[in-house]
Amino acid sequence: MVEVVVFAVAAAACLVGAIGVVLSRNPVHAALMLVMTLFGIAVLFVAQQAHFIAAVQVIVYAGAIVVLFLFVIMLLGVDRATELSMGALPAQRWTAAAFGLGGAAVLIWLVAAVDRLFKGAKSLALETAGIAEAGAGNDPTDYVADVSALARSLFSDYVYAFELTSLLLIVAVIGTVILARRSGYGADGRRADQHGAGQHSDASEAAGTGTASEAGR
Amino acid sequence: MSGLEVVTSWYLVLGALLFIIGGTGLLVRRNPLIMLMCVELMLNGVNLSFIAFADRFGDVHGQTVVLFVLVVAAAEVVVGLGLVVAVLRASPRATADDLSALRG
Repeated sequence: MVEVVVFAVAAAACLVGAIGVVLSRNPVHAALMLVMTLFGIAVLFVAQQAHFIAAVQVIVYAGAIVVLFLFVIMLLGVDRATELSMGALPAQRWTAAAFGLGGAAVLIWLVAAVDRLFKGAKSLALETAGIAEAGAGNDPTDYVADVSALARSLFSDYVYAFELTSLLLIVAVIGTVILARRSGYGADGRRADQHGAGQHSDASEAAGTGTASEAGR
Repeated sequence: MSGLEVVTSWYLVLGALLFIIGGTGLLVRRNPLIMLMCVELMLNGVNLSFIAFADRFGDVHGQTVVLFVLVVAAAEVVVGLGLVVAVLRASPRATADDLSALRG
């Protein structure tokens, strides 16, 4: 019963946060709503014996990614409210409505299908105290997904992928440094013109010429 | 099935709901920062499904995949925010359409 209550509270936090991200006018509020969703998901990870993943979720997402979002929002000063209906294209609306309705339909189908799929295995697992035929032939009763099991999987089966992620992170860091440095020069050089003109079209045009000149450099 | 207990399909439904909400927000909103946050929502819905299946089948590989998703999401956010900074510095009122200014 406790698990049901934990699931209900965490799921409500997740859904409220997710809807808040989509509907909030202020980007700062959206970022804080995102934190709420991420914490709810971390609680659900703990409820599913994924303690290490939950810790990583809190540290990486709530501690690094959302702080990065807030840092960018504050750095750029774009934390004023924008109206939601600003210039959404009609085709975009229709696409979003189709995605939402289609997603809801798939969701309803998923509930039925997964319940049917799990019914046999679940009853078997309950009757034989958890000896279900798992996908990898594991025994769910001694499923202790602690850090050592995770590390054994990560550094034996997935070691090449793990090394590739380090390469990916290095590429991302170098690319972002180069991107921010170049655009810093371009923006500083054009910031005076932009304030003088004060027009949106001029600003975007300045961005276009800036990137074009940088590409030619 | 007796009484009320948390089953795997609840987690799957929640993950699918998060994915749908994030995808709809990605299509509706035009602020690039909020669009990136919606991508994070979609990734988290998928992560929740992975963890649910890992717990259901007693297989730790689902958690390993979630770690990789976390790393890739971090890299994606870093590069995406770099692009957003590059565009929004030049024009603070930019929407996602103005990201076409990055075309060389």
